Amino acid sequence: MTGHAYIVGAYEHPLRKAPDRSLAQLHGEVALGALADAGLSKNDIDGYFCGGDVPGTGPFSMVDYLNLKVRHVDSSNIGGASYILHVNHAAQAIAAGKCNVALITLAGRPRSEGVPKGGLKRADSPAQPDYAWETPFGMTILNTYAMCAKRHMHEYGTTSEQLAWIKVAASQHAQHNPNAMLRTPVTVEEVMHSPLVADPLHKLDCCIVSDGGGAVIVTRPEIAKSLRRPLVKIRGAAESVKHMAGGDIDLTYSAGRFSGAAAFAEAGVRPSDIKYASLYDSFTITVLIQLEDLGFCERGKGGAFVADGKLISGQGPLAVNTDGGGLCNNHPAHRGGMTKIIEAVRQIRGEAHPAVQVGGCDLAVAHGTGGMLGTRHGSATLVLERV
Amino acid sequence: MSALQEALDHQPENRKFWTELAEGRFLLKYCNSCQRAHWYPRAICPHCASQETEWRPASGRGRIYSYSISRTASPPYVIAYVTLDEGPTMMTRIVNTPFDALAIGKPVELAIERGEDGIPLPLFQLV
Repeated sequence: MTGHAYIVGAYEHPLRKAPDRSLAQLHGEVALGALADAGLSKNDIDGYFCGGDVPGTGPFSMVDYLNLKVRHVDSSNIGGASYILHVNHAAQAIAAGKCNVALITLAGRPRSEGVPKGGLKRADSPAQPDYAWETPFGMTILNTYAMCAKRHMHEYGTTSEQLAWIKVAASQHAQHNPNAMLRTPVTVEEVMHSPLVADPLHKLDCCIVSDGGGAVIVTRPEIAKSLRRPLVKIRGAAESVKHMAGGDIDLTYSAGRFSGAAAFAEAGVRPSDIKYASLYDSFTITVLIQLEDLGFCERGKGGAFVADGKLISGQGPLAVNTDGGGLCNNHPAHRGGMTKIIEAVRQIRGEAHPAVQVGGCDLAVAHGTGGMLGTRHGSATLVLERV
Repeated sequence: MSALQEALDHQPENRKFWTELAEGRFLLKYCNSCQRAHWYPRAICPHCASQETEWRPASGRGRIYSYSISRTASPPYVIAYVTLDEGPTMMTRIVNTPFDALAIGKPVELAIERGEDGIPLPLFQLV
């Protein structure tokens, strides 16, 4: 699929709290924002992609609300990483001639709707075969990620201080983002002295809850080249699922090990070629495990890779989440995948904040994990290139 | 009806596990084709796809693979993964154990206790 499609529009909603907007309106506003960014109009859209955050059944309600005429739809849902997977699927659909201009939207308003913090339960159905073997024990999103962190610490000696550096880097970036929800830099000590919520994770190891959303537009090369925006080529893309494997579990790695390797292989580049990475940061441990899985550092060496501010733009070999990420900037609808794509597009275009823009950023990764690292989850990886 | 009871009603595949657990017996699903145990129990072996699976009594012993204390809950509780002596690792809760006695690798044994809705659950405690 290399080079068959480009990201031409990207837009992040400026709001982090949206009590006076409907969910459909937020989806609509980000769609219009991405169209304006691309220099395209609503009638150019002939493919629509959405995840589990969309109101109603799959694409129906939003296609109706926006009065779109589409010939290709895809509502694949792998949780928060869905939108990264949608870019992959959009590139495939474009290459196959199924659509020309694909719109992908994400939106949500959990902050206004008062979702409980700390112990968020997953969306469960009693018909899930795994339900009775997990939910009765008090499984939450938080405590399953905590068990991954605990095991990683046990096997590799990873420390809470190293995890704290991931939050510190996010906060250093977020101070330059005027729309970020948390803009005040924090220290390692502040993270480690924040309340222990699920050992070994502290409150500041966890992402924020925010309203808002984002959208991107993917199109074929000839349309992309007709527009007046910097060209962001989809050079490699892949997805994967990791699960409990009948009881053969290993909580120290994620599906990113597989989607990352496949995306790099398709792109024909190595992790060391990447100048910037957007990595899913539902929790600090999520970032650390993904850095190892994608091959940015050796397995078990993530702690050393993130320590001492090395993820801060300009301070290490790889800048990560320069918008402030889900830890400080935005985690709309509890789904961080869309904002991962958007900041990677900004970096490739050279449109990130000057304080965090990576010089000569010709190759970037946007990678996400959806579902739960500690049970079953999907991952999706994009390698983006400036042309 | 509790959510767990609703889930069990959706899963005739595993009814025997829960009726036997209520009588104090902890069963594991084994595959008669590849001879491996698996978790969570299912009619189709996740290792070799054989449908020749059967329930066998299990030791109820294992070791802590990982755990976390949910501190914001009232009261706080310990979620855990336990690797059973028979091989598979299962999610559970560690009970009757001081938090500071917990560690990865420590041996645990089955402690059947009723959950919030009165249904007996396969929990564990330190040996």
